[in-house]
Amino acid sequence: MIRRSGVHGGLQLEAHNERSTARPLRRANPPAQLVLPVDQHAGAPARPIVREGERVLHGQPIAEPTGQVSAWLHAPASGRIIAIEPRPAPHRLGAPTLSIVIENDQRDDRAEPSPSIAFEQRSPAELLEQIARGGVVGLGGAAFPLAAKLDSVRAARPLTLLLNGAECEPYITCDEMLMRERAEEIVLGARILLHASAASACAIALEAGSTLADAALRTAIANAHDERLRLVTVPNIYPAGGERQLIAAVFGLEVPYDGLPADIGLLCHNVGTAAAVAQWIRDGQPLTSRIVTVTGDCVREPGNLDVRLGASIRQLIEQCGGYTDRASRLIMGGSLMGLALPDDDLPVIKATNCIIAASHADLQPRDRELPCIRCGACSEACPAMLLPQQLHWFSRLADLQALEAHGLMDCIECGCCDYVCPSQIPLVERFRETKPLLARRRAERADARAARERFEARAARLERIAVEQRAALAHKRRVRRED
Amino acid sequence: MMFPTSAAPHVVGPNRVARVMRLVIYALAPTVLAHIAFFGPGLLVQIALAVATALLAEAAALKARGKPLEPFLKDGSAVVTALLLALCLPPLAPWWLIVSGVAFAILLAKHAYGGLGANPFNPAMAGYAVLLVSFPAQLLQWLPPNAAGLERIELTLPQTLSTIFTGALPAHLTWDAITSPTPLEALRTNLTMGMTMSEAQSSPVFAALGGKGWQWINLAALAGGVWLLRMRIIGWRIPVAMLGTLAACASIMHLLDPGAYVGPLFHLTCGASMLGAFFIATDPVSAATGNQGKLVYAAGIGLLTYVIRTWGGYADGVAFAVLLMNMLAPLIDRYTIPRIYGHAD
Repeated sequence: MIRRSGVHGGLQLEAHNERSTARPLRRANPPAQLVLPVDQHAGAPARPIVREGERVLHGQPIAEPTGQVSAWLHAPASGRIIAIEPRPAPHRLGAPTLSIVIENDQRDDRAEPSPSIAFEQRSPAELLEQIARGGVVGLGGAAFPLAAKLDSVRAARPLTLLLNGAECEPYITCDEMLMRERAEEIVLGARILLHASAASACAIALEAGSTLADAALRTAIANAHDERLRLVTVPNIYPAGGERQLIAAVFGLEVPYDGLPADIGLLCHNVGTAAAVAQWIRDGQPLTSRIVTVTGDCVREPGNLDVRLGASIRQLIEQCGGYTDRASRLIMGGSLMGLALPDDDLPVIKATNCIIAASHADLQPRDRELPCIRCGACSEACPAMLLPQQLHWFSRLADLQALEAHGLMDCIECGCCDYVCPSQIPLVERFRETKPLLARRRAERADARAARERFEARAARLERIAVEQRAALAHKRRVRRED
Repeated sequence: MMFPTSAAPHVVGPNRVARVMRLVIYALAPTVLAHIAFFGPGLLVQIALAVATALLAEAAALKARGKPLEPFLKDGSAVVTALLLALCLPPLAPWWLIVSGVAFAILLAKHAYGGLGANPFNPAMAGYAVLLVSFPAQLLQWLPPNAAGLERIELTLPQTLSTIFTGALPAHLTWDAITSPTPLEALRTNLTMGMTMSEAQSSPVFAALGGKGWQWINLAALAGGVWLLRMRIIGWRIPVAMLGTLAACASIMHLLDPGAYVGPLFHLTCGASMLGAFFIATDPVSAATGNQGKLVYAAGIGLLTYVIRTWGGYADGVAFAVLLMNMLAPLIDRYTIPRIYGHAD
C-alpha cells in the first residue's frame, strides 16, 4: 500500500459557484416529452422491456440491465412510449443512440411502491439486490452502476465508505446544493450503503469553504446518532474531487494503478448517489431525476434544478430565464473535463451534473499552439504524477513502448497540463487520441502471451506424455526381463 | 440551437512562452547593469548586435523551414539566446565575433535541429563553445573591471563603437597593455606558474568573495535568478543542485589541500557560475525534465564545471559542462522516470 500526503499538483481555480448557489434548489417543470438513452450509464446498455404504444407509470422499469456492469432504467413520468429508436444523445456528442421516448401525460401516476421495510432489518445481500433494481448509478459524472460497484467490494475487509462531496470541477454546484438542502438524505444513504457493503465507517468529504453544506451535514449526522459517520474537509484544489485524488487527500493512500479503491479497503461514492439510494430504499423512488447545475454567463438565472431524466437541455435553459446572449459553448459537465455539446436539443441523462452556457469570459479560446519547451509546468500540475511533456514527445513519435513506460494509461484526462501549458498544446486531446493505440498494443501482447502459454502448455503436455510412455515401456521391458 | 464544439479542457491558464521569455529577459537586467557598471558600455553594443543577428537569423531560418514568422519571432527565445551569449563575450570583442556566434547558435544549434523546443544543446552555450575553440584569443580580451586598486580604462561610447567595429583601440591604448585576466584566468595562470594559493590570490583582481567586479555580476545574476524562482519560471532543483555540487567539490578539495585548491565562495561568485545556474542550466529545452533527473543533470554540470576549472584546459567550465550534460539529458530522463500515482516505487 502506498502512503503519501495529499494530492500531487493540481490547480487552484476560481470556483465560479456564487451564481448558481444564490437561488435555492427548485424542481424543474415536468417536460412534455422525455428521451431516455438506454446506454446512459457506464458498462453494457440496458435492454428495453416496454413496447412502443405501451403506457408506463412513473417509476416503472422500462429497460433492464444486460451483463455484470449495467443498470435498470425507469420511466421518469407516466405516459405513453411513443418511440424506441436512435435519438441524438449528449454523451455521444449528439450522435444517435437507442433511446426510449415517453410522451408525458402529466398525470404522474406512480407504480405501486414495494412495501418499505427498514433497511437495517435486511441482510446485506438482500439490500444489495434491492439497490440494484433502483437504477442508481454514480452521479458524480462517471455514471458507473452502483450495484456493480457494491458487488466489487464484497470480499474487501475492512472497508471504509467515502462519500465524495468535493465538487470535481469549477462551475458545478449540484453536490453543494444537495448537501445544503438534503443533508438527511445523504446521511440516510450513507447508512444504507454502510449496511449493504458491511463497511465499518464512513467519511463524508467536502471542500474547504463549503460552510453551509458543512453545517447542514453536521446537523444531519448529529440527528442520525450514528457514530460511524464523520466529516472531513479537503483543500480546494482541482481535481481533489476525483476519486483517486480524493482518496489521497483524505486518507493519504493511493489506489493501485491496476486496481480499485476496494483493494485498499475503500468504497467511494458521490453524495448524490447516496441521496439517490436513500430515495429508492426509503420511498421506493428509483433514479428518475437528478440535480443539474445550470450556469454560465449566457444563462439569465443560473441555479440548480431537480430535473427529470430525459428532459431536454433547451427547456432547462428556458426555465432558467433563457439565454442572455449567444453562448460560445454549451458544456455538459465542468470547464475542465466537460463535453462541448453541439446542440441544446439533447436530453438530461444520469451523468448530467452541470450545463454551462458559456461566454468567452467563462471559457477562453486557445492561443496558437507553439512547440513544447519542456518547461515542466505540466508535470508540476499532474495529479497522476506523470510527465506530460515526455508523453507529448513520445506521442508525436508514436513510441508506444516509451508511452507505456511513462504511464500514458495512468492519465486521468483532468486537463491540468493543458491549463498550465505556456505553449497552449492540447495535451489531453492528443493523449486521448494516442491511448487506443496503446490499448491495442496491450491487447496484442496479451494475445501473444496467451498464444505462447497455450503453445508451451501443449509442448509440456506432449513432453509429459512422451516421458510417461517411455517410463511405461521401460517398466514393461524390466518386468519382461525379470520374468 | 447549435453550438460550436471543442475538446476539453475548455479553459486555459494565463502563462505563455512569450511571458516566460520576457520574465527571463527582465531577470537578466541586474546582471546587464552590473556588467556595464564594471566593464563599460561595450555590452550594450554587443547586445544590440546579438539581438539584431538573432532576430534576422531566426527570421531567415523560419522562412527557409516554411514556418510562420510572427509567433516565433515574438516568442522571445531568440532574444534570450542573444542576451546570454552577449553576456559571455568581452565587451570590446569585434563585431563579427558576436554576430557569428549568435548566427551559429540560432541557425545551427537551434533551427538545424527543429527550432524552438527541439534543440538538444543550449544554443547560447553551443555558440559560445564554437567561439571559444575557434577564436580563443579574442575571448581573453577582457578589460580590468572599474574597481579600486585596478587600472581604470574608460572608453567613451564612440571609442567603444570604433573598437568593436574596426578592431582598433583608441591611439593611446594597446591590447597587451589593457587586457586584464579574469579572476578565474588569473588564478589558473598563477597556480600553473607554481605559486601557492595565497601568492596566487595576491593579484589585485581578487576580492573578498571572488574577483573584483565579477563577484557583483554573479550576485546580480543570483538576485535575478531568485526573482525567477519566486515568479515560478524556474524551479529550485537545477540551480541548487548545480551550485551545491560546485560548492561541495570546491569545499572538499579546499579542505584536503587549501594551498592548491581555492574555496567554494570563489567558485560560486566567479565566471559564469550564477548565470549558468539560474539562466543557462535551467533552459528547459536542453535540460533533463523530471524532478530527479534535474538534480542529476545539474549536479553533473556543477561537477564538470569544477573539474574543467580545476584540471581542464579552460579557465571557466560552465559552457562545456552544460553542453556535456545536454548530451546526457535524454539518457538521464530515461533512467529517472518518476513514480506514477498508484504504482510501487
